[in-house]
Amino acid sequence: MDGFDEIINEFLVESYESLDRLDDDLLALEDAPDDRDRLASIFRTVHTIKGTSGFLALPTLERVAHVGENLLVPLRDGEFRLTSDTASVLLEMVDAIREILGMLESGQGEGDNDYAALVERLQAALSTSKGVTPEDAAAAVADDQATEESVAEAVEAIEAVIADVIPAETGAAETQATENPTAEPEPVAEVTEQPSPAVAPTPAPAAEAPAEPSSVPAAAESAAPVPASPVPAAPPPEPPKPVAEKAPPAAAVASPTAAAPPPPAAPPQPAAAAKPSRGRASEAGRSGGGDSSEKSASVVDSTVRIDVALLDKLMNLVGELVLARNQIMQFSGATEDPAMAAASQRLNLITTELQEGVMKTRMQPIRNAWNKLPRVVRDLSTSCGKKVAVVMEGADTELDKTILEAIKDPLTHIVRNSVDHGIEPPEVRLEAGKPEEGTLCLRAFHEGGQVNIEIVDDGGGINADRVRDKALEKGLITPEQADTMGDRELTNLILLPGFSTAAKVTNVSGRGVGMDVVKTNIERIGGTLEIQSKGGQGTTLRIKIPLTLAIVPALIIKSGGGQYAIPQVSLLELVRLDGARAKKEIEYIHDVPVYRLREHLLPLVYLDEQLGIRPFGQHRQDLDAVNIVVLQAEDRQFGLVVEAITDTQEIVVKPLGAHLKNISAYAGATIMGDGTVSLILDVIGIAQKSCVLIEHRDRSLREHAHRGMSRSKDGESVLIIDSGDGTRAAIRLSSVARLEEFATNDLERSGHSYVVQYRGQILPLISLSSQVSDFSNSGQERLHTVVYSYEGQSVGIVVGKIVDIVHQQLGNNNDVASGRSVIQDRVTQIVDLKHVVSQGVGMSSHW
Amino acid sequence: MSQQSSQQLESYCTFRVDDLLFGVEVCQVQEVIRTHPTTSVPLAPAVVHGLMNLRGQIVSALNLRYVLGMPPAQSDHKPMNVVVRSSEGPISLLVDEIGDVVQVDRDRFEPLPETLQSQQREMLTGAFKLEGKLLLILDIDRVLAIPA
Repeated sequence: MDGFDEIINEFLVESYESLDRLDDDLLALEDAPDDRDRLASIFRTVHTIKGTSGFLALPTLERVAHVGENLLVPLRDGEFRLTSDTASVLLEMVDAIREILGMLESGQGEGDNDYAALVERLQAALSTSKGVTPEDAAAAVADDQATEESVAEAVEAIEAVIADVIPAETGAAETQATENPTAEPEPVAEVTEQPSPAVAPTPAPAAEAPAEPSSVPAAAESAAPVPASPVPAAPPPEPPKPVAEKAPPAAAVASPTAAAPPPPAAPPQPAAAAKPSRGRASEAGRSGGGDSSEKSASVVDSTVRIDVALLDKLMNLVGELVLARNQIMQFSGATEDPAMAAASQRLNLITTELQEGVMKTRMQPIRNAWNKLPRVVRDLSTSCGKKVAVVMEGADTELDKTILEAIKDPLTHIVRNSVDHGIEPPEVRLEAGKPEEGTLCLRAFHEGGQVNIEIVDDGGGINADRVRDKALEKGLITPEQADTMGDRELTNLILLPGFSTAAKVTNVSGRGVGMDVVKTNIERIGGTLEIQSKGGQGTTLRIKIPLTLAIVPALIIKSGGGQYAIPQVSLLELVRLDGARAKKEIEYIHDVPVYRLREHLLPLVYLDEQLGIRPFGQHRQDLDAVNIVVLQAEDRQFGLVVEAITDTQEIVVKPLGAHLKNISAYAGATIMGDGTVSLILDVIGIAQKSCVLIEHRDRSLREHAHRGMSRSKDGESVLIIDSGDGTRAAIRLSSVARLEEFATNDLERSGHSYVVQYRGQILPLISLSSQVSDFSNSGQERLHTVVYSYEGQSVGIVVGKIVDIVHQQLGNNNDVASGRSVIQDRVTQIVDLKHVVSQGVGMSSHW
Repeated sequence: MSQQSSQQLESYCTFRVDDLLFGVEVCQVQEVIRTHPTTSVPLAPAVVHGLMNLRGQIVSALNLRYVLGMPPAQSDHKPMNVVVRSSEGPISLLVDEIGDVVQVDRDRFEPLPETLQSQQREMLTGAFKLEGKLLLILDIDRVLAIPA
């Protein structure tokens, strides 16, 4: 049984591949219904599936494929053209086959569905095209099946001769005949094994021959002269002569009996059967079938199917080798032995090449991910009454298989979105002066070690106003924010969770799983997603993803006594400032250090502070030189200040264990040349941690809060907090020096109050809530603290939670006198820090 | 392993933390190694001592003293590693000293007294009464699941 399972498995793998091709071919045929090569290839595929399923005793599958094949025969023979309906029913057949294969794969046999309806539709399509009644068609089906067996024997003979015919036609007939006077089928028999895929369909043309009378005389004509030439050239060959005589009658018999299968195709003498069919065989060859199958045969010879698990294992091993290589290189650098140096140099080269080679085995053209998209677009556009053409550019662009798998679903989602929401119905398009048919362009190209994928549609674009209304309706932004947002920002709101602009929910999109999931999926593999849209002209979605995930070039840096790796993808440049310059050129806005990089303010982030190795803001001035690593995080740039920059190295990314997975600052770990473990920094994570990037909505909120502050004079930014006992309170942002978190363990008591050591000072802590005054027993591990400074003194106001920063007009319509206001539809206590501090119980004595 | 005899014998890999003797079922232990250099991880939860390179594999080393609520080691004595298998790959437990693999009779097992502190109780399944000492059995799943 095992052997049989193996055969079934092979059949499944093979059939899936062919089915993917089938989808493509059928769609291409709709554009060019007369493409004989494609028809022949489709026919071959279906025929192979049918044949194999018969052999494997899978009756349902055989039946479906068989009826499909019947429909394909006249199509291939040019009796009628492929219409959209026929294509649909054929695509349905492909789906049915896929479904059956899926059942087989999951071990449920062929499943219970017998696809009777589909079979009927296929037959109906055949009969309407042919103009015959379904009964006739059914009879023909039965006949065909009968013919199939009888023809089978003839096929072998035909195969044998085909190999013979090709040289004969090129004028080599004489030489061949003389060299090999007994030009019988036997000598050629072994050769026939190879072209057999090409010949496989030939029985069917033989069977269908009566339906196409015009081709038969042609076959007879071509058959007649060819055997004539060997006759004078080769005296001994007996068989050709009778064949030449016999061929015309065969054709003659065939042509009048339009419905009957051609008996001459299956006579007992192999030679006789072979020769008449030779004309047809060569015809088939001319129509492209022969050529392409020869090509595919050679492809089969030069490729090997490999289990992906094996490739993954190889990739891991190469990763290990790279690490070992790095170690050896480090040792050899320390020794003087020239032989050792040479050997390690060679090892270095070979490893690099091996690594490239193995990585290439995992590379696949993006076509594999795009393949099913035309089908998706076709089905979708048909169902919403739109016309959409798919254009692919750069389908050969290669990327790692894992990444390819990871982007398949996001891509499908984006494409669905573009067709469903982007491209307008034909009437609307015509009105707007655009061609009736919309274009969806998929483009892929390499750029700077990354793969860019663009999905461009020429549809209506994203209506910024509609996005805004929707966002307002869903409460994702406030009207004030909406007023300050530009079109591009509004457009990018569709990436927020829980957003859907579809005016109506259709069966294809608008089900709540929105673009935010797409964005998350892409970001999970280290990619980015951005949207550009021009009203009325279309939308471009651009995905940037790394080529591979396993081995990445990285910059090795030191900070706080540890060694860290920064992936070079995010690296822009390195800046070094010596002590004196650093003191002068690093400027501070309040506490935030910035550096003017070519007249742009670059926010600086101290890595050791972010990693909690050095307390925030301490001893920054002590460094005798400042190394700034300029990094790109999404659309922002920032400077990461590190202690030293060591090296660049290819590193192998290894995941962190469960205990460390949730630390956003790290992307993984790697093993360095000396065998030690180093952490790989997650640039985006650090940017978010240090507030260079504030995730999603928060970012735009803060942006707008700031912008609003500069724009309007009658409003100001306020910090919304939860005071700890459930009261919502607002503090003017202008009076806040910093927001800090302190560990409860760091608190110390001084008299009646709590203090904490903060930047070399003693920071007294007070609570906004009258109920919570004993911080150490508050049950919280960390205290959120708003630091307020005036006249050189600082005090920490402990709050329950920092909620938000909003731009708010604390003006007339609010009851400021009572200290309350309505912010974001909630009653909020407005806190005057100065007042609170001066009232602070027991505080004044310390000042 | 120990099924041949009529008694129910079980094998435990033993080690010492402070004055207490602990045991882990032998089949859960991948290997025992001496002091190994670790890389500390800033921002990591306190239970994680660091990361170590175990023949090309990166393994988290957990501080067993922290898990068991014991004070940090006083002496300069370098900790040893008991590498245990987990669903997410090997994880190392740092211990003071490594003992023998002992075979104990299931009959001598007893659950822990209620008077033990809750955190320590949670990490242990029970104790075997050996001659002159107690062998405390660690619940590896709980130890590894200890949150930040």
